[in-house]
Amino acid sequence: MKVVLRNPRREVDVPGNRRVKDVLRELAILPETVLVIRGDELVTADQLVSDGDTIELRPVMSGGADTGPASGRPR
Amino acid sequence: MKCRKCGGAAVLELRRHNAAFCAADFQEFFRNQVREAIRKYRMLEREERVLVAVSGGKDSLALWDVLIAEGYDTTGLYLDLGIFDYSVESRARCETFAAAHGVPLLVRQVADEVGAPVPVIQRVTRRPPCSGCGLSKRYLMNRVALEEGIPVVATGHNLDDEAATLFGSVMHWQTEALPRQSPALPSTHPRLVRRVKPLYRLSERETAAYAFLKKIDYIVEECPFAAGATSIAHKEVLSRLEDASPGAKHNFLFGFLDRARPAFERAEAVTLNECVRCGQVTTGTLCAFCKLADQVKRSV
Repeated sequence: MKVVLRNPRREVDVPGNRRVKDVLRELAILPETVLVIRGDELVTADQLVSDGDTIELRPVMSGGADTGPASGRPR
Repeated sequence: MKCRKCGGAAVLELRRHNAAFCAADFQEFFRNQVREAIRKYRMLEREERVLVAVSGGKDSLALWDVLIAEGYDTTGLYLDLGIFDYSVESRARCETFAAAHGVPLLVRQVADEVGAPVPVIQRVTRRPPCSGCGLSKRYLMNRVALEEGIPVVATGHNLDDEAATLFGSVMHWQTEALPRQSPALPSTHPRLVRRVKPLYRLSERETAAYAFLKKIDYIVEECPFAAGATSIAHKEVLSRLEDASPGAKHNFLFGFLDRARPAFERAEAVTLNECVRCGQVTTGTLCAFCKLADQVKRSV
């Protein structure tokens, strides 16, 4: 099966016919750090993915400039 | 995996809530969390305008989407940082969203205000790019709100952002920063608008899921300057804790807000002045934004 990764965008091939959480474990990706997308649907970690599937692991972590009030004291 | 509410097929598991939801019930859960945030901290009044700071990313556009759906009178503010293609694409996402929803979007160029875009500011100041970027954003959000007569700025900070900021503050025992870490900051000066974070109860995975399910076209690519940012390192540490102990981030942040923050709040006493040049609020005589602009002008 094909796995699409982001930042930078790339594809890797891994064995299918197992649960999403097993794919994530093989790729050393924490489940809470990505959305798992198949087609136009979200997929939960317990779902099976087959050899013919393509899933996108879309990262959810963003960071950088903090515009929050904690750092927002007017200076 | 079944939806906790309707028993249908779940699309998202929320381990910290020991729950899973289908698409429709997750969106309702999401909106309920925003409603609860607004209610608990009295963030917004129904009749007032809200300036929503948008970056083109998942959090700010999800926030804008919810506030529109909840009937608030919103105006978007996009600050163009001048970060090459990233800024071009993120601005386009905001413009497309605003047009599709029929809501106004204000655009300001950081280069016009500071004298140079963020990549040049970084070179000139020799500070991390996020430093000048964050400073410029905070300043311009407040100033634009004042210029437009809008009493409150809403930002898309989520639970992960807040937990990571708190983690960073505690790691360095920046006790002066702790009282200002709040989902809602009141106006403490006539030239300071209120600032609220209605997504603070939601993780960034939840905001990403909401944006995806609502088919919001957000920019997935990370800011090219964010690589190596300390905030990301803190988030990675917290994500490992969360994986081992679901709810860890939630407990860290909410425990602070409910039990620890008040103690630090009493300790803070700051005198606010108006910058002698621009009139914006500062603790000194010349504000940090004007100092930054001076530094850029001398070097460019």
